[in-house]
Amino acid sequence: MKDVTYYPGCSLHGTAREYDESFRGVSKLLDISLHELEDWTCCGSTSAHCSDEALAVALPVRNLRIAERHDREMVVPCVACYSRFKAAEAGAKEHPEYLPSPYEAKVSVRYALDFFCDAAMIGEVKARVVKPLTGLKVACYYGCLAVRPPHLTGVVKYENPDHMDRLMEMLGAEAVPWSYKTDCCGASLVMTRTDIVVDLSQRILSMALEAGADCIVTGCTMCHANLDTRQAGLPAEGGRNGIPVLYFTEAMGLAMGHKEAGKWLGRHLTDPIKALSNKGLL
Amino acid sequence: MSKNEPKTPPGSSFLEEVVDASKVDIRACYQCRKCSAGCPVVSAMDILPNQVIRQIQYGRREKVLTSGSIWICASCHTCSVRCPNDIDFAQVMDALRHIALRSGISAGEKGIPVFHKSFLDSIKSAGRIHELSLILRFKLKTRDFLKDAGLGWQMFRRGKIKVFPQSFTGGKEVKAIFNAYERGATK
Repeated sequence: MKDVTYYPGCSLHGTAREYDESFRGVSKLLDISLHELEDWTCCGSTSAHCSDEALAVALPVRNLRIAERHDREMVVPCVACYSRFKAAEAGAKEHPEYLPSPYEAKVSVRYALDFFCDAAMIGEVKARVVKPLTGLKVACYYGCLAVRPPHLTGVVKYENPDHMDRLMEMLGAEAVPWSYKTDCCGASLVMTRTDIVVDLSQRILSMALEAGADCIVTGCTMCHANLDTRQAGLPAEGGRNGIPVLYFTEAMGLAMGHKEAGKWLGRHLTDPIKALSNKGLL
Repeated sequence: MSKNEPKTPPGSSFLEEVVDASKVDIRACYQCRKCSAGCPVVSAMDILPNQVIRQIQYGRREKVLTSGSIWICASCHTCSVRCPNDIDFAQVMDALRHIALRSGISAGEKGIPVFHKSFLDSIKSAGRIHELSLILRFKLKTRDFLKDAGLGWQMFRRGKIKVFPQSFTGGKEVKAIFNAYERGATK
């Protein structure tokens, strides 16, 4: 049994509910005990770092100080929150004047995808695969913040990452090569310049269809929301004009035979159930 | 340059102001345009990223700070990782937004800073983002109630929209963080 602190962030308690449910589900199957950070608050997200540097450090650090009370690493499934935590660690060191008291960054903060891709953990995942995703072609979509900026994420192959691809192959799926792994979906512009987000998201979706993928797999709540909900009017490619978008934890849950995988997948707007059932995976 | 051009502090140029705020030395730019070539949102920008750098070097403060580009930037960091001179342009864009907000300059993309303000007000009042409250708060400001209403209903039906916010007890600490921010913002 491994104990970790869990920072869900705002999305996982709302629109990314299936990411929360599947992350909890696969963690349980892997004997990982999640302790939700008590009294957590929002990381500040894009709006804080676009508005003020000190605010963008102070909001995440409030959570990091709570996490420091426990001798556990903190795992963060939302990559936007993760990115703000890493930026705040660096910002607190560089600008101690942004905070009322010094913060020493003693707690280890991990992005959930990196956490499951660790050499030791990936072996555990492989050992628990009971329903391999044989015949499923997936396009691994990392988005921006899982890889950039590399001095914060520590990802070496930031232009063509492959750690999620390896995880998917460990589950029995086939990760297709494609060139839009780290292209931006427009993220939070969805509320204000929806036109830009539709354009960027549909380019990514079209490329995944052209690469012959059955579904896209991601670990970002904003990417998921944009790709899953902005498919209307997508030009048809090979007879298909839509493509399901899964969280990587949902793919893990499917391969590990989690009983509630169907419930998580039922929350998507672009239905993944039909495609997965046709492949005999659900 | 217009008569209303906001003044930079005496003895310093806009270039120095940006370098000082961002801690990024944009003087190293040799206009290779790699930032603009890789930018995913460049088609919606009124000044391209490489042009933003040049305009800063020219000292055109108002032109840069009233541009739509500084708000259209999605902070994807593609420019920063590809710059041959290691200019962290995403960091420069953040600094330009901060300067624009502090200067009270009218934004070239009105809705985006309004959205950020709604977002921060939501954190200030509830500690966490309750998505439905945030959307209503933002829509009250933009009066665009019908946009994506159907999408919202579909998400609600799938259990993705929570009706009530969660309880929250860290209010004092969050208020203190925002008080510090608001004091700084009015300086």
